[in-house]
Amino acid sequence: MIWVNIIIQGILVGGLYALFAAGLSLIFGVMRLVNIAHGDLIVAAAFLAWAIIQKTGMHPLLSLLLVVPIAMALGYALQRYILNRTLGKDILPPLLVTFGLSVILQNGLLEAFTADSRKLNAGALETSSFPLLPGVGIGYLPLLQFIIAVAVIAGLQYMFYNTALGRAFRATSDDSETALLMGLDKRKVYAWAMALCLGVVAVAGVFLGIRANFDPFMGPGRLIFGFEAVIIGGLGNLWGTLVGGIILGVAQGIGAQLNPGWQVLAGHLVFLLVLAVRPRGLFPRMDG
Amino acid sequence: MSDVILAVENLEAWYGDAKILHGLSFSLKKGEVLSLIGSNGAGKSTLLKCICGLLPKKTGTIHFNGEAINSLVANDVVARGIALVPEGRRLFPSLSVEENLILGGQVRRPGPWNLEAIYNLFPVLKEKRDVPSTSLSGGQQQMVAIGRGLMSNPDLILLDELSLGLAPIVIKDIYALLPRIVGNGLSAILVEQDVTRALDSANHFLCIQEGHISLEGAPKAFTKDQISAAYFGM
Repeated sequence: MIWVNIIIQGILVGGLYALFAAGLSLIFGVMRLVNIAHGDLIVAAAFLAWAIIQKTGMHPLLSLLLVVPIAMALGYALQRYILNRTLGKDILPPLLVTFGLSVILQNGLLEAFTADSRKLNAGALETSSFPLLPGVGIGYLPLLQFIIAVAVIAGLQYMFYNTALGRAFRATSDDSETALLMGLDKRKVYAWAMALCLGVVAVAGVFLGIRANFDPFMGPGRLIFGFEAVIIGGLGNLWGTLVGGIILGVAQGIGAQLNPGWQVLAGHLVFLLVLAVRPRGLFPRMDG
Repeated sequence: MSDVILAVENLEAWYGDAKILHGLSFSLKKGEVLSLIGSNGAGKSTLLKCICGLLPKKTGTIHFNGEAINSLVANDVVARGIALVPEGRRLFPSLSVEENLILGGQVRRPGPWNLEAIYNLFPVLKEKRDVPSTSLSGGQQQMVAIGRGLMSNPDLILLDELSLGLAPIVIKDIYALLPRIVGNGLSAILVEQDVTRALDSANHFLCIQEGHISLEGAPKAFTKDQISAAYFGM
């Protein structure tokens, strides 16, 4: 039963990794941009939530009502006024600029919030659970986190394939020059994609902050988990990203059970295995 | 001058350092079909790209419906009423047939063209509305590309190499529909490798040779030899 428990807990943690990765997957799918600052943006969202909670005393989940729209507005502006200028045939400028943004965010957060670890206090939600089977308890927080991850990915998937905005994303991703001929301003399309990405990042940041301590320098680690989930699942495939997150979570759970020091290592090894056997991931979707 | 829809004056254009167009001037009246003929690399598609705002490196002036559009980008040009049916169709592979058409109407201007009108023009597309656009035959893809161009209800449609890669019977069918496409006062600029078909379809033609206009006028005003000489630069 202990292994059943480990796998179930791994699946639930995988939801958080999928949240880390969904925005990366969306942005790569729409504009082929690899955002090195993605993990730092998640941490920045957690700090934003922390600051709002300090001011208002609201519950972390309620703070999403403010954190998500603020993050979306910042994402729109970030893409419209900075990242759009770096996009072109050369993939290096966006990589360098987002790397620079990562450094700026880390040091900006250090200046603003110091190096102290913070945590978002969600009260009883953090510790309460219910028994699923003998020896298998399900925490309400990991379950909620997983349900929200599935809902976010289902929502993004619906938006992608059933709305005018999703059509614009797919068309611009297919052929941005011809999309211009349809009257689509790719600078605005990309800005909306980044706004959505940052909305998901905000959700991921708040759950990260509820689940564990965070500090200004933990962004790159979240970026690695996000990357691994995206690569395992397949580039540009949102449901694949969820599966990638789950595989990563389960692998880490099994690794930790074998030896507490192997938790992160086990995730990396599974990632390397997938990269060696299926370099385009388990469910590749986008070409290029 | 009020019936002139497009006026191009001394247009020069570059790809990088290579000058492709050397001071082209011409005009197009409302409801007219203008054919551009010339060998590969003469500058025909470059001229279309200049008109629809896809080529920023250019000088000279382009007036459309009396407004200077030289400095507009493509998404603003389409809003003014110019649509391009690009060479090679360039349909969006991740969109269905109907989604491609709907996207063509992203900037909708008042006019006769809507989904039903496109399906009346090309009934086969209605049957295939939900399939991925790239699973269609070449001729059907060209129908989607034309329909997508019409969906914005343009005043001017630029048709680049309609017959490229299509079987002769399909080309014949598509050209048979051209009068229905350019009816209702719609103007068109047609780039076509098949010179006979291009001249038969047009009120007016320009022969472009190495970025210069080597001959222009009504197709019937010139002999075959005169047009050949202009085409080959003899």
